[in-house]
Amino acid sequence: MSVIELWVYLSTSPLLWLTATLGAYVIADRLSQRVDRNPIANPVLIAVLLLMALLKISGTAFPVYFEGAQFVHFMLGPATVALAVPLVQNFAEVRRNLVPMLAALAVGSLTAVSSAVAIAWLLGADTTLIASIAPKSVTTPIAMGISERLGGLPAVTAILVILTGIIGAVIVTPLMNLAGIRDWAARGFAAGVSAHGIGTARAFLVNPVAGTFAGIGMGLNGVITALILGLAVAFLA
Amino acid sequence: MIEALLVLLVFQLAGEAITHAAALPLPGPVLGLVLFAIALKTWPALAKKVSTVAHGILRNLSLLFVPAGVGVVQHADLVVHQWLPILGALVVSTALTLVITALTFVGVRRLMGERNDPGEGSAA
Repeated sequence: MSVIELWVYLSTSPLLWLTATLGAYVIADRLSQRVDRNPIANPVLIAVLLLMALLKISGTAFPVYFEGAQFVHFMLGPATVALAVPLVQNFAEVRRNLVPMLAALAVGSLTAVSSAVAIAWLLGADTTLIASIAPKSVTTPIAMGISERLGGLPAVTAILVILTGIIGAVIVTPLMNLAGIRDWAARGFAAGVSAHGIGTARAFLVNPVAGTFAGIGMGLNGVITALILGLAVAFLA
Repeated sequence: MIEALLVLLVFQLAGEAITHAAALPLPGPVLGLVLFAIALKTWPALAKKVSTVAHGILRNLSLLFVPAGVGVVQHADLVVHQWLPILGALVVSTALTLVITALTFVGVRRLMGERNDPGEGSAA
């Protein structure tokens, strides 16, 4: 069997791209650890760039890649359920911060939607893009549903959500230090509200309390944004 | 490990089934999270069974976003074409949201008179 034949066989099997996904992540995670979790060396960003380069070089289409990567993607559901474990473990602290959390949720949720829409509009985005960008801070499945209702493109929203997550995960640490916010609960909650699951992943890398509050922030912001924008659509229609 | 995975899947499945049947505007796994949290509060012994696997998954949460992240290539032309409104809105709005959310959190707690927090940290 020639090398080319072997490649043709392997490149269409899910095994190759599942292995590549795990391999890229292990490399990215090691790099992130080596630089002491410096936020710029975000493991999601590094792994994604490595895999994009690999797909480009090998001329592999995304659907072929995803056939292997879907097994990893699938774990997002169980991982969301698993957030209940740190939530219950830190229950006392969560309950103690209930009022600040709800206040921050209301203000943060409105800021996320209104500032994204206003800035996109000011910078000349078309209406489809504006509708697609409105739910950008919300976890992907909720964001795609909201986008569709607003007249946006769910597939585009999925990308904007991912980009928002990566941007949030990279800027959260320096930004919080700059703003002088040292409390883990506040930092984590902001990461979850602004940058959903990828912000939550960053928070768990830094501190378990931050991770817990990020998970709550992500869940609550998904629900509240769906409600706010859902009501807005019903009201305007 | 398999038992823990089974527990997570059962709660996700319950969440999916209920949100779908009742046409609730939230994803199944989020309702699964809520149901699982209630179950863990009701039966604390359950936590021992799932704790190791749950923390293992959450420590590697970044991995799970990689396939979706690679999916950005599918619409790379859109991002390149409207890069200014996209990057401008995403970066500025995300930064604003982060700072305003955290400041509100800290501000409201200060108003409530609870200043010394055991979860206080300084770096990262």
